[in-house]
Amino acid sequence: MSEKRATREAYGPTLVELVREGFDVVVVEADLSKSTTTAKFAAAYPDRFFNTGVAEQNMIGTAAGLAAAGKVAFTGSFAVFATGRAYDQIRNTVCYSKLDVKIAPTHAGITVGPDGGSHQMLEDIALMRVLPGMRVLVPADANAAASAIRLAASTPGPFYVRLGRAAVPVLYPDGVEVAVGKATVLREGTDVTIAACGVMVAEALAAADALAHDGISAEVIDVFSIKPLDEETLLASALKTGAVVTAEEHSVIGGLGSAVAELLSERAPARMRRVGVRDSFGTSGEPAELMAHYGLTSEHIADAARGLVRGE
Amino acid sequence: MTRTWQTADVGAVEELARGMRCDIVEMLAEAGSGHPGGSLSAADIVAVLYGAVLRHDPARPDDPDRDRFVLSKGHAAPVLYAALARTGYFGRDHLKTLRKLGSMLQGHPDSTKTPGVEISTGSLGQGLAVSNGMALALRRDGRTGPTVFCLLGDGELQEGEVWEAAMFAPHHGLTNVVAIVDHNGLQIDGACSEVMCLGDIAQKFRAFGWDAVECDGHDVPGLLETLGTARERAEAAGRPAAVVCHTVKGKGVSFMEGNADWHGKAPNREEAAAALAELRCSEEVAK
Repeated sequence: MSEKRATREAYGPTLVELVREGFDVVVVEADLSKSTTTAKFAAAYPDRFFNTGVAEQNMIGTAAGLAAAGKVAFTGSFAVFATGRAYDQIRNTVCYSKLDVKIAPTHAGITVGPDGGSHQMLEDIALMRVLPGMRVLVPADANAAASAIRLAASTPGPFYVRLGRAAVPVLYPDGVEVAVGKATVLREGTDVTIAACGVMVAEALAAADALAHDGISAEVIDVFSIKPLDEETLLASALKTGAVVTAEEHSVIGGLGSAVAELLSERAPARMRRVGVRDSFGTSGEPAELMAHYGLTSEHIADAARGLVRGE
Repeated sequence: MTRTWQTADVGAVEELARGMRCDIVEMLAEAGSGHPGGSLSAADIVAVLYGAVLRHDPARPDDPDRDRFVLSKGHAAPVLYAALARTGYFGRDHLKTLRKLGSMLQGHPDSTKTPGVEISTGSLGQGLAVSNGMALALRRDGRTGPTVFCLLGDGELQEGEVWEAAMFAPHHGLTNVVAIVDHNGLQIDGACSEVMCLGDIAQKFRAFGWDAVECDGHDVPGLLETLGTARERAEAAGRPAAVVCHTVKGKGVSFMEGNADWHGKAPNREEAAAALAELRCSEEVAK
């Protein structure tokens, strides 16, 4: 687990592979191709790459037109601009028309780092999750990200794939295949469930190690697919442990924690703690500093789990 | 599918427009809500497109080589539905279901429900970007024949995304897109010039790199020539074509003409009867 790669590193190269495999993929970018890695796609297939300049609404709209005419259209930009700035385009043109637009922006979450709160998108899962027909995938590492991008290309309809800037531990083997609506139980346990997504999956595994030292058996689930949610896996785990910690690099409002709470409160009420950013914007700093500052480390997850197990 | 504007029967297209205006009044009165002003102002433009300019086959709405029509000003859905019904995409009996529960004719166009509707619209400012995307895809696929016609409202031009898209089309050399502006000068809150002045729309498009012309949006022979040759003008200029059509909001119904109050208000039964009489709707529309 010593190797680290950013999930965004999977983006451009996987898109290139998809064209080579026969997918009619095009990319619409909004001036951030070097950062999002779509520049690699542009270099390989310049006639399939379209830059709108700094115009995210136009990026989504143009992608919608390409999709309406039969293309599988991926878009670029950063999570904050690709979702928030173009929300109405995503809602009213992409989702309402059920188009094959695959929104896979990079630089999601607090790990953007020094650029600060304006660029650290902590509400994107919430925004995308409420849209009818939108599938929301949050890969935990670069290999899962490649699989997510492939899933988005090969499954009809709108997708949101959340990618990050910072290098994160590689958890899955190259070529791993993940599935829409499927969570992965990475470690089985009996005392507490830790349901995590994205960069927080590695933190959850570290938390489970720490908890094991305390004699607490933690089950770790990678909730790769936030929507549709793998209800079966989450319910089974919650019924077994009776205690669930969610962990996400996102606001605790509207994201993974909310999705799990919605499920459990109706189907299998369990005691819960949500680890995430607590209704706040981000701030400048290095990624590791920020994860500690906002309570997004393995220690915070372990503390939350201990609290639940002790019945606090 | 060949373009027929050169040989079009002007009288037949004018009759199509008159019949569409009748449909618009009738369906809005039946629905009890909706947008007559901007539907009536666009009736001649849309009749010219569907009656003579567009290369399309209502029996094959998914034909990849069809011309596309994108109604960016989605609130004018009735004019699109009237054109689609009168050219055979679906039966005219559907028109009376407009805006009702279970209808395929939604208050604003829904491409997942209605044959012939290319893209869902209704949130303003988005159609030109979508049209550009369609045009890019057609070009990539080597389909050089089809043209994407996008109809925008003038108030709609206040949306920033329109100008993002206006910048995009010339940059990418999209000569297969035609932007048409229904310039009726009115929006919900009143005159565009008072709400948010648009200035010289044709000059704005020219400044963004388009080949822009202006015309009377109710003169069918002129529209046939201007819209029918738009693609050729674009190819000759190496720039996308814009056509600013000067129109009258509510055109054809005297008490609606030039009155912003009729932007989003359906006629009641008495008003509809007066409008239908004025449009001679009891007379069979000539085929």
